[in-house]
Amino acid sequence: MSAKPSSAARPLSPFMLGQYYRFQLTSVLSFAHRLTGIALSFGTLVLAWWLIAAASGPEAYAVFHRHATAWYGQILLFGWTWALLYHFCNGVRHLVWDAGYAFELKNVYRGGYAVVAASAVLTVAVWIVAYA
Amino acid sequence: MKNMKSPLSRARGLGSAKSGVQHWWMQRVTAVALAPLVLWLAFAVASLPGGDYATAVHWLRQPWVAVAMALFLVALFQHSQLGLQVVIEDYVGNEAAKLTALLAMKFAHALLAVASVLAVLKIALGGA
Repeated sequence: MSAKPSSAARPLSPFMLGQYYRFQLTSVLSFAHRLTGIALSFGTLVLAWWLIAAASGPEAYAVFHRHATAWYGQILLFGWTWALLYHFCNGVRHLVWDAGYAFELKNVYRGGYAVVAASAVLTVAVWIVAYA
Repeated sequence: MKNMKSPLSRARGLGSAKSGVQHWWMQRVTAVALAPLVLWLAFAVASLPGGDYATAVHWLRQPWVAVAMALFLVALFQHSQLGLQVVIEDYVGNEAAKLTALLAMKFAHALLAVASVLAVLKIALGGA
């Protein structure tokens, strides 16, 4: 059995960004998709907390409500909304690729810019609906 | 020699990735299920008249909301644990640590999924 090659010599994403590869829309959006996915997974904890609090009664819910409406809660919720809608838009972009379309580089970039714009617009739209 | 696979290997239909294309496919299936549900959830919650207990419970008590929420939760936790599985497999090199992380992550997801769905059921069936 041959010796295992040293993995320290080869950088693993995302550590090669910036150091070995310059930032490009493609790599940045790909990493953002993973990062928002991870953040959203942690966000499921808050979702579960909300539902369990609602099922537990007004006192438990009041605790959740207090944190959710506090400044840090609102910041987190806004960030989470953007993460959700970005991951959703880029997810659709991935599904389009899975179906076999839009592999040409110019379409990859067009889709990328569309995802960034759409996620921003949708995030603002949701928050306008929430507070209007 | 047309196919070098053993008969058992051919019968299983799996490749060297051990679970074949199942993971990839389930990730896409849950993604397609989540797409309309996520949009619905984001805008429905945002348009709730208030964030207080009574509003939330009243909303979740409606049958079609409870059904949609339950479906959303199942698809969400499945999609989330599939995604995190890939992340853990990528970054955790040590085999023992990787297995531990994978199991802990999957069990945590199962726990949250059951707890959340039970909460929705409790509200919808009038126990809250």
